[in-house]
Amino acid sequence: MAKRKRYTRTPVIRPKKYCRFKKSGIKYIDYKNPDFLMPFINEQGKLLPRRITGTSLKYQRKVAVAVKRCRHIALLPYVADQMK
Amino acid sequence: MAKTNYESVVVLTPVLSEKMLQEAVSSYEKLITENGGELIHKENWGLTKMAYPIQKKTTGFYQIFEFAAEPDAEIVDKLELAYRRDEQVLRYLCIKLDKHAVKYNERRRNGEFNKPRELAAPDVVKTAPRHISQVAEAKVELLASEEEE
Repeated sequence: MAKRKRYTRTPVIRPKKYCRFKKSGIKYIDYKNPDFLMPFINEQGKLLPRRITGTSLKYQRKVAVAVKRCRHIALLPYVADQMK
Repeated sequence: MAKTNYESVVVLTPVLSEKMLQEAVSSYEKLITENGGELIHKENWGLTKMAYPIQKKTTGFYQIFEFAAEPDAEIVDKLELAYRRDEQVLRYLCIKLDKHAVKYNERRRNGEFNKPRELAAPDVVKTAPRHISQVAEAKVELLASEEEE
């Protein structure tokens, strides 16, 4: 068996993620503004997970509701190939 | 009992004439006020492009009402019933506003956010290019966190 090469991974230092709602003190997420919701969805119009956006649980729930409302009133698509 | 604030968004068919639109809007306004609701704000976005077609229509008239009413008055039920009966309505959404939402709407009305939709040209196609910067940002974030795992 071939000897497995050992990689020493250099730790990547990244700035810590933060919840942008907590940081900027936004209490209400407007579902009528699709532009505002854009950073929280991917190209297919799916919600991005918290581990990517860094949103806290409290506001992730609100984002999810806002996106769903926005989809319902046809300001955001339910499915898209390349929305951005 | 304390009044609750509600918000209602209606999407009406684009085939309506100006007059029919006005009529429809005022009939809903009347429904709200006659049932003891207090109309706080109304907003018309005009003909707006929708993200996906509804009943084979790609645009719609967006109308927003914000009103305060007693929860016992069942005003939302009546309004929704009227929406459902109306064939001109493509979509509707009625929601209860919490205190943050009320505050936010007040600030929005006072033009604290520089994005009142009715002032921006409503007929401008609201899709692709304006999000590009955001896409790039989101993608970088996405890639970064995928590497991490």
